Amino acid sequence: MLAESATTVQIALAHRLGRGPAARQLELARRLDAGAFVALFGRSGAGKTTLLRILAGLTRPQHGRIVVAGQVWLDTAAGIDLPPQARSVGMVFQDYALFPNLTVRANVAYATGPNDAAWVDELLEMMHLGALQRQLPATLSGGEQQRVALARAVARRPALLLLDEPLAALDMALRLRLQDDLAALHRRLGLTTLMVSHDIGEVFRMAEEVWQLEDGGVLRAGTPAQVFLSQQVAGKLNLRAQVLALRREDVVFIVTVLVGQEIVDVIAADADAARLRPGDMVTLSAKTFGALRFDAVQAGL
Amino acid sequence: MTIDWQPLWLTVRLASATTVVLLLLGIPLAYHMAYSRSRFKPVMEALVSLPLVLPPSVLGFYLLLAFSPRNGPGAWLARWFDVHLAFSFSGLLLASVLFSLPFMVQPLQAGFAQLPRALLEASRTLGKPDRVTLVRVLLPNMKAALLTATVLSFAHTVGEFGVVMMIGGNIPGVTRVASIAIYDQVESLDFAAAHVYSAVLLALSFATLLAVYVVNRRWSGDAG
Repeated sequence: MLAESATTVQIALAHRLGRGPAARQLELARRLDAGAFVALFGRSGAGKTTLLRILAGLTRPQHGRIVVAGQVWLDTAAGIDLPPQARSVGMVFQDYALFPNLTVRANVAYATGPNDAAWVDELLEMMHLGALQRQLPATLSGGEQQRVALARAVARRPALLLLDEPLAALDMALRLRLQDDLAALHRRLGLTTLMVSHDIGEVFRMAEEVWQLEDGGVLRAGTPAQVFLSQQVAGKLNLRAQVLALRREDVVFIVTVLVGQEIVDVIAADADAARLRPGDMVTLSAKTFGALRFDAVQAGL
Repeated sequence: MTIDWQPLWLTVRLASATTVVLLLLGIPLAYHMAYSRSRFKPVMEALVSLPLVLPPSVLGFYLLLAFSPRNGPGAWLARWFDVHLAFSFSGLLLASVLFSLPFMVQPLQAGFAQLPRALLEASRTLGKPDRVTLVRVLLPNMKAALLTATVLSFAHTVGEFGVVMMIGGNIPGVTRVASIAIYDQVESLDFAAAHVYSAVLLALSFATLLAVYVVNRRWSGDAG
């Protein structure tokens, strides 16, 4: 009993999001196992960032209780609200929040204090930042800044690591590579991690568990497969696409659409083509698709 | 012609001392005003900005009453500490600090407000007390605001006239600063001496402001 309470994160809270007629209530009661990697998924405004801020102590909820590793961080009923400094958290902010006046190394060492040079070396090595350690953040690429922010956030070996869409601003190849770095870091340090993500692929790759936030609460929770596959596999292929152009060739209409980042030509029936305008969002569906090819896309690098 | 450099020297001493006191006072004040969510924040802002709109003679008049050894705080100070503020350098310093307060606090407050709030929050999540964050993260990232505030406070104190006139008087070596000396010389038709002081003040003011704009341009260029 004691051992269990010393290794988990328990969260129960009720907090009003927004003001006026758009105000919604965020209510949730969950727990995280020690060392778990949990993704927070949901549309913007669902309260994902607010939840992270409440956990970090940056936002105070109207009602709530947070216990981490046996220590009460927040108990509004008992009047307990530890400041961020007293909570063992690491947080990666959406825009990284690196200190512009400090070098890469000094940003990481700021978290550890001056007497832990070996650990800073190790972190820089793990995040492939060794060669960049004397540079200022403004001279780094987005991916490099992201790795500094990660190294800094884990430098104090926090009981709870909070990642607010850490990879959202990066392109696909870089994102895959950073996902690998992040996974390696998680295996290595075993930090209990809560990550906001909008990217289903990322959630599948990274997380053991996903909480889908919607309408102010956790709509679904479980493994990524349980949460996403149960609701979205419909036995046919559906692709969201945007119409770019229409042209007539011989007897058929050719519709050029954008699917993700790919431009595709599709044959359309006259009746369908007549309703379409460039810029329309459409769903392309194929009822049977036995023979699609799966060409491997090289991950990262 | 022999020139008495004492008024100019006194001006520099007064402006330097005022700027140092204002830095020590203004940084915490601006920090609190930038991050405060208190209902009384507008009251504080109005009080700090008051010297911008108030005639210097009004401030001088009230300070003179307050400093008077015959009543109020002045009497208390005189009785218990033997401190006499009226017509003294320390009185002048206190008045200058009050009078130049907005020139220190407003640029600093704007500087704090321009910093991303996430810098403060990130430092908090890294376990650092706010005063460590202030010294190691916030202030180093608002050097332009610090420089502007310092120079404006200094320059404004150099240019002060009304308050000094009211509470300092015209005591050589104690309260006769350059701006007062110029007035005095013009009154006594000593235009040559007035020319020297005026030219020195003009050149000094222009040079400091020019330096601020040049340095600020370089720093903002670096940041972009």
